[in-house]
Amino acid sequence: MVNQESQTEPLLEVTELKKYFPIRRGFLKRVVGHVKAVDNVSFYINEGETLGLVGESGCGKTTAGRSILRAIEPTSGKIMFRDPVLGRVDIAELNHDQLKLARRNMRMIFQDPYASLNPRMTLLEIVGAPLQAMNLDHGKTLEDRVAELLVRVGLRPEYMRRYPHAFSGGQRQRIGLARALAPNPKFLVCDEPVSALDVSVQAQILNLLQDLQGDLGLTYLFVAHDLSVVAHICDRVSVMYVGKMVEMAPTHEVFTSPKHPYTEALMSAIPKPDPRPREKRILLTGEVANPANPPSGCYFHPRCAYVKDICKTEEPTFGEITPGHFVKCHRAGELTLSGALEFGALK
Amino acid sequence: MVENEKDLLVSIKDLRTYFYLAEGVVRAVDGVDLDIHRRETMGIVGESGCGKSIMSLSLLNLVPQPGKIISGDILYYRAGKNPASPNISDVINITKLDPNGREIREIRGNQISMVFQEPMTAMIPVRTIGEQITEVITLHQKVGKAEAREKAIEMLARVRMPKPERVIDDYPFQLSGGMRQRAVIAMGLSCRPNLLIADEPTTALDVTTEAQILNLMRDLQQEFGMAIMYITHNLGVIAEMADNVAVMYLGKVVEQTDVNSIFFNPLHPYTTGLLASIPQLSDAVAHIDKRRLNVIKGMVPDPYSRIKGCPFHPRCPQMISGVCDQEEPKVIQKGPNHLVRCHLYN
Repeated sequence: MVNQESQTEPLLEVTELKKYFPIRRGFLKRVVGHVKAVDNVSFYINEGETLGLVGESGCGKTTAGRSILRAIEPTSGKIMFRDPVLGRVDIAELNHDQLKLARRNMRMIFQDPYASLNPRMTLLEIVGAPLQAMNLDHGKTLEDRVAELLVRVGLRPEYMRRYPHAFSGGQRQRIGLARALAPNPKFLVCDEPVSALDVSVQAQILNLLQDLQGDLGLTYLFVAHDLSVVAHICDRVSVMYVGKMVEMAPTHEVFTSPKHPYTEALMSAIPKPDPRPREKRILLTGEVANPANPPSGCYFHPRCAYVKDICKTEEPTFGEITPGHFVKCHRAGELTLSGALEFGALK
Repeated sequence: MVENEKDLLVSIKDLRTYFYLAEGVVRAVDGVDLDIHRRETMGIVGESGCGKSIMSLSLLNLVPQPGKIISGDILYYRAGKNPASPNISDVINITKLDPNGREIREIRGNQISMVFQEPMTAMIPVRTIGEQITEVITLHQKVGKAEAREKAIEMLARVRMPKPERVIDDYPFQLSGGMRQRAVIAMGLSCRPNLLIADEPTTALDVTTEAQILNLMRDLQQEFGMAIMYITHNLGVIAEMADNVAVMYLGKVVEQTDVNSIFFNPLHPYTTGLLASIPQLSDAVAHIDKRRLNVIKGMVPDPYSRIKGCPFHPRCPQMISGVCDQEEPKVIQKGPNHLVRCHLYN
């Protein structure tokens, strides 16, 4: 029985997560620096909600998603997860057996439906693999369970004996989803699940993800770069820039009243399906900073239109400015930034 | 219409490009009619496998084996070479040219050039940016090495490449995705083409970089006065770039009109379905509760199957049984500049 207190506690709470990749040079492979892929990232996800994680390529959003499951070992940080068996545990501290148990409840679906399925395994083997590995099912009951999962994601159970090559991108993404759902998880990391799909198929998969969330009470961390998809599916959105989280707030706040200049630039860049001319647009100059050699102060300052002297020297803190709205900017309190509405992305 | 005739740049007539494979015949492009005028941006929209890329390759007579242009004409109206009567342009039928011949090579990369989706695979990894751009210039223009290099630097500056005189000696892997795409665009524009075919040039890029590149392409179009054929599956990009739009489904153009009509008055059920399946920011932000997206049921059928009647009828919500599954619809003119291939408008 879940007590009252844990009901209000987030399902997942990540504090100061770091993942540094060493840069090695020379004959002795000495470490000469670090790529700070994920640097001091903190966020939480409540049970049953979807948190979007957006940012440009190389900003560390995939690394963050994988570090939570310890698919990549994080350098440091706390990953508190409310597991139904283990209770509230720090995923980063778990030993091998405990981690295996926790991973029943934390699963992942991947971006590329062609690379993420073994071409030499049938659907039965692919979807059944996690169940066998966790000793949850075998033999005839395994087949029944796989059939049930395939129906759940909108595929026919007869497909069980086929190989992935016989399926289209959208169907493969459904197979990946069935595999993730096999041990009845509570939490899914969805790493760009629809970005490789066509528009009409993308809509089908997004609907499926929403239906599953409603039926099974799933919680999603939705890593994506397509902002209209994120706006559609997420309850809250967090924005990353060069390994740091710069903003986190409920979806409509991020889209209507962003507080970080980078979020504002993202809002302005959304290609809108409307041929009428835009009223205004912010075009960022320059390139994304190099995470191995980031700029001083706020990482965004060389591209920021609102830069002040303090931005060049001091790193801002990630603070809560209104309830539930977190920003990492020196000028968050004083700036009035435009949301997607002002850029004409909304009709 | 006379004005229009004069501005005609490329006219595709009943183009059919088929692939003969062991598994069967793939009708990648199956009877496409399309006109592109000077200085306009023609957007080609469709899902993967609809034949949009093969159509653009057919334009350059670059269809990969075992594909073949089996019938149809691609008439290219070259700018009047005769200064006495500039309105009479000489016409070249691209489909009739030898794919390896001198004539097509004079057009390819020179008068019609192409920007590809993957900026990494579109460039040779072991040659510098400069070598690759100067190659195009020296191939088509009578200039020396030093002058070609000058021109390449100038072209890199034109695509707003920072420090062009340094970047020219860089290798592609040293540049970021956006910079690489700028270099590829510089290569495509180095001979000032009449038509630039852009095959999903921003799909591999991030939104903020995409916005930069789209802006750049619009500016360069103004500067160079060229036409762009913009191929994409992203309707948001189409809304921003295109003057006219052709929607393709299974090798056929199912609807063709100006950009405003596509978004505000779409006629074909496939176009309507595509538009409805894009998540709308306005809806998502306004309604806190989650809504389902409208979807086109089913999926693009496998390329070997031949569908009787309208190719879209198995997925169409407005299918008229006995008509759509029996007879292939003809192109119907609805309005002065609005063509649709659907039985609903008979």
